[in-house]
Amino acid sequence: MSDRDIIAQRLAEAGYLADRDLATALSLMDLLHRPLLLEGAAGVGKTAVAQALAQVHCAPLIRLQCYEGLDQNAALYEWNYQRQILALKAREGSGESPRAVEAEIFSQDYLLERPLLAAIRSVTPAVLLIDEVDRADEEFEAFLLEILSDFQVTIPELGTITARSIPRVVLTSNGTRELSDALRRRCLYHFVDFPDVDREAAILKARVPGIDAALALQVARFVRDVRREDLRKVPGVAESLDFAAALTGIGLKDLRQDPESVYDLLITLLKTHEDRCALPREVVARLLEQVA
Amino acid sequence: MPAAATLTSPLPPPDPAGAAVRARLAGFVRALRDNGFATGLSESADALRLLAAPGLADKTRLRAALRALFASRRSDWEKFDALFDAFWFEKHVRASVRMADQRRTPTALPLRPGADAPEAGGTGPVSRVDRVPGSDTGADEGAAQRRAGASRAERLEATDFRHIADPQELERAYALAQRLAKAMRARLTRRARAARTGARLDLRRTLHRSVARGGLPVELVHRRRRSKPLKLVILLDASGSMSPYVAVFVRFIHGALDSFRQAAAFVFHTRLIDVTDAVKEKDPQRAMDRLGLMAQGVGGGTRIGESLATFNRWHAARTLHSRTAVLIVSDGYDTGEPELLAREMAALHRRCRRIVWLNPMIGWRDYAPEAAGMKAALPFVDLFAPAHNLESLEALEPYLARL
Repeated sequence: MSDRDIIAQRLAEAGYLADRDLATALSLMDLLHRPLLLEGAAGVGKTAVAQALAQVHCAPLIRLQCYEGLDQNAALYEWNYQRQILALKAREGSGESPRAVEAEIFSQDYLLERPLLAAIRSVTPAVLLIDEVDRADEEFEAFLLEILSDFQVTIPELGTITARSIPRVVLTSNGTRELSDALRRRCLYHFVDFPDVDREAAILKARVPGIDAALALQVARFVRDVRREDLRKVPGVAESLDFAAALTGIGLKDLRQDPESVYDLLITLLKTHEDRCALPREVVARLLEQVA
Repeated sequence: MPAAATLTSPLPPPDPAGAAVRARLAGFVRALRDNGFATGLSESADALRLLAAPGLADKTRLRAALRALFASRRSDWEKFDALFDAFWFEKHVRASVRMADQRRTPTALPLRPGADAPEAGGTGPVSRVDRVPGSDTGADEGAAQRRAGASRAERLEATDFRHIADPQELERAYALAQRLAKAMRARLTRRARAARTGARLDLRRTLHRSVARGGLPVELVHRRRRSKPLKLVILLDASGSMSPYVAVFVRFIHGALDSFRQAAAFVFHTRLIDVTDAVKEKDPQRAMDRLGLMAQGVGGGTRIGESLATFNRWHAARTLHSRTAVLIVSDGYDTGEPELLAREMAALHRRCRRIVWLNPMIGWRDYAPEAAGMKAALPFVDLFAPAHNLESLEALEPYLARL
């Protein structure tokens, strides 16, 4: 068995059914020591890849959620100012030499680890998930690039901290901003698409307890057809999981058995008013006929 | 996992593969670059390692592996397989893979470059752009000439673009349009910087600074609101009815995007084309050529509603934010359904700060927005302004600066 098949199998055991290309990309991460950039529509399971990967390697998952205005302090490290001030106050008049006090308050004890530092200081190689990197500012992206190539951090008061272990890095992007070529070039790239019917049915079976095979297949087909409709927010895998769970929850065995309930449960799939209007009862009925 | 040391220079000296393979791979990388892939030396080195890696012997696996390595965006991802197969498994690959002229063209264009390349290189597209304003019908041309003759004294700025026939005058109009766009840009940014006020106390940083003074907050640190620079998205109607104006607006767009850090431009007639990359071309002549080619309508009317739908669906998330002004340049003659147009305008209106609709026909006497499409779109337009001459473009600047 090749690396790829081993990874695919282990991911499946962790509850993530990867397609072959993704398994290849994940096996390359270890071979080439490059981060993996995942792009794709919202809800196709980009974040779940990192979670499953952490489970496969029995590694801690460290997550950095990016947002506009994210800076070094929130991503890398920060001094615990409150504690430093308390320590200073406590030592006032104690006669300790200023040098000793300084060494004390700028020691590891007063350092707050943020995700990036935590990832490279982890004893076992961690899985570092940098989520929605496109939401962060361009400056932060440049900084990230530096960390990802050197895996060492210089803290002026403390010196250079080199990595204890090299984390496996997964970046995800939703495409709200164009990422820089430099970052893209540095990373392996995988475009995550919606799963095909068989894989989605398999995912449903693996993740929704108590769902039977026939219903899973029906749901997968139905969701595929819904995705083909002209919608503003196309339902992702997370939505179809909710939908399937809701259906099993009300004890449905066959989608055609109770179209009215199916229509009601569409709230788990369609998340905007416009999309609800785009799928009136007649359309749903037509889609349900195709499922068989 | 290897130690950190190996990672700072992540690759051992590659050599597993023979010289022949290396040369072939270099050719492949060159072909990829010609197709707009951003790949560097370290990618090639890694590719050599992959070629030598066990378990990647068969074609599909190797292809998937190299795709993960070389592709860095969705468009790359989608065309990689075809390029890979063409290069490694077909004859006459050079001819079919090379598309140097088409670098960084949007994905909407067909991949098979063989068919398009000669067209791109051969016929001077410049002449096409330049020809457009003069390509009116005979009667119109006559009128234009008469007009030009009678209005020598008129300032160029006030002349309707339709009526500029003299090539030299036209060149001047182009240059003015470009300069105007640049000046607008400069004033806009300065304004954005000056507007950075509003101070709240940043407690965390104040505390940080106070450590050095034993906890006494001598220096107060304020938090400033970061202002997003204004972003400009231009949608230009390049349909037949707009043809007298397209060439001038192409220049205007180039001028505006040339220095706007955040801007995007699209051209639409029956479909929508992203021309941002083409316009950002450094050499203005090349940019004009590429844009001129893309802007050519394929006939069959204008589908504004559908073009906007495409924009909302595929480009809006990437290009719009809360400080975005959308500039639509169109005469509003829509051959699609007005309902669709209204719906898409409403969606667009929700996502951006302002919609400015420039309509060259407002400059005409007795014009009223009667076209069904125009009527449907108007409720969502923040500024409906004429754009038939340079004066009207100039008049736009103070409005944009206030956004």
